[in-house]
Amino acid sequence: MSISEPAIKELFTASPLTQKKLTAQKWVKVGLALVTLAILIPLLLVLGYLLVKAWPALSWDFLTDIPRRGMRAGGLWPALIGTLYIVVFSLAAAAPVGVMAGIYLNEFARDTWLTRIINLAVVNLAGVPSIVHALFGMGAFVLFAGLGKSILAASLTLAIMTLPVIIVATKEALASVPMSFREACWNMGASRWQTIRTIVLPNSVSGILTGLILEVCRAAGETAPIMFTGAVFYKAIAPGDLFPYAPSDQCMALSYHLHTISTQVPGVPEEMLYGTAVVLVGFVLAFNSVAIIARMRIRARKKW
Amino acid sequence: MLSERTIVALIYLCGISAIIFVFGIFYFIFREGAPFLRDVFDFDSFFLSANWFPTSETNKRYGILALIAGTGSVTILAMLLAVPFGLGSAVFISEFCGPRLKEWLKVLIELLAAIPSVVWGFIGLMVMNPLIVELTGAPIGLNTLNAGIVVGLMSVPIIVSIAEDAIRAVPDTYREAAEALGATRWQVVYKVLLPAAKNGLLAAVLLGVGRAVGETMAVLMATGHSVNIPFDGEFPFFHVLDSVRTLTATIAAELGEAPRLMAEADGTYPEEAHHYQSLFVIGMVLFAITFVINLAADLIVKGVRKKR
Repeated sequence: MSISEPAIKELFTASPLTQKKLTAQKWVKVGLALVTLAILIPLLLVLGYLLVKAWPALSWDFLTDIPRRGMRAGGLWPALIGTLYIVVFSLAAAAPVGVMAGIYLNEFARDTWLTRIINLAVVNLAGVPSIVHALFGMGAFVLFAGLGKSILAASLTLAIMTLPVIIVATKEALASVPMSFREACWNMGASRWQTIRTIVLPNSVSGILTGLILEVCRAAGETAPIMFTGAVFYKAIAPGDLFPYAPSDQCMALSYHLHTISTQVPGVPEEMLYGTAVVLVGFVLAFNSVAIIARMRIRARKKW
Repeated sequence: MLSERTIVALIYLCGISAIIFVFGIFYFIFREGAPFLRDVFDFDSFFLSANWFPTSETNKRYGILALIAGTGSVTILAMLLAVPFGLGSAVFISEFCGPRLKEWLKVLIELLAAIPSVVWGFIGLMVMNPLIVELTGAPIGLNTLNAGIVVGLMSVPIIVSIAEDAIRAVPDTYREAAEALGATRWQVVYKVLLPAAKNGLLAAVLLGVGRAVGETMAVLMATGHSVNIPFDGEFPFFHVLDSVRTLTATIAAELGEAPRLMAEADGTYPEEAHHYQSLFVIGMVLFAITFVINLAADLIVKGVRKKR
């Protein structure tokens, strides 16, 4: 005896309850996708809008010329090179300390209360508002250490603020090196530091470099910590001069420059404002993309 | 070449450097603000008064209630936007999309986090400001709504990334067990994953709040910067089109103008010196708020780990 056709159909259709479940599931998925889009669309819209508005101002001269006519014409050179100075000095200060702290946390620290407090301190250092870091930089470096408002004071303030970025990246990079590598090295009679230097660090160097690049992004974009520790409204230098500042000088910086020309200087042409924002965002996003691509490469290449 | 001993000692020293710096931050802020705490500070007139007149000729007053209300209102609005959107997209990214899309979405969210806060402030000032005036008819577009949206967008990435970690940390066996019982993906999410990850999600929200409270440049440029409490008894109780001023923005705007004066021979400070010192006391308040938030988030997350 054969089963009738409608009966077969019924065997293979979902029950009303299952159907309801599946429709609900579909709507939820669409809803969540829209929510995700809703936070990413502003990003793309804003970047596109900035770029369109800035287009007339963007040129090679805009980067290499100095500001003229009270910031209302000319270019960004002193601010650009000032940001570069601050970034390089802060990286030089933060990199060794951050990498060694990462080594400590991953290679030496045991699961004790001290380690827990260190981790908490790292989280806190990252969570303290940037303006509080500015107050600290003013109290500690500008006044107490007697550095005055200077590139050095601003860079050290930023270095402490961005330290967690390097510590966390180093820790993760080291943690991804398999334990068996270390054990093999110890079995050869190598000491702890020899193992770290010859096996662990070479195998995690790209991850650490990614962390350093992220530190650069962070330091380049920050405004509040340098406002009172070393950034200055205007500094006369020659256009295209590569070494215009001494470490004890104050300097212009891109982020602070954007703040001042958009809030304190009336009559700056719109395209110059947008142009400055685009140069700053471009600088930061370019570095960030390098870090992201590097990280993808590392992940793809990992053999263990 | 440095000996092994020296290097290991250096590594230990750098290891505890984070603790030293956190204490350093507190110490140096306290050092600058201490004279104010000794000479002027009074709990009621500092925390419970909205009169912030630090440069008044005749009657200097340092009441930060309106500034706390400003920070609070921007934070509340930012979280109203960032929490649902952040948690929603964390669920989408971890449970509802394929590995390729997931990778791309995470990259985009990371780029969103990378945009400097001064650029967000610039967007609030130049793009949102005229938009809000046009859409709502408010006299000025630099207000709580503007700053709330901007800060909301800024805090979304941290909420997404921590929440996504928390959801991913739920063991796959939970998912498998639920699916074996015939649950759909969505049922798995809201019956199993969200309850199992709730501490991590709470930590994500807390860190988002910390981010919003501490935001400086964006709120300095987008709030309109007027000392004002946007809450009152009149409907709708929370006036999002009012301009406000936050704790962080006050420090950023006034530190440059407040003079740092030395103590006189008898150890007392001239009245004009208190403005500068009061800004460091506000810094202590901010430090305390974010410290508590981070500590709470840490304890919540660690509590989860211990249980597993």
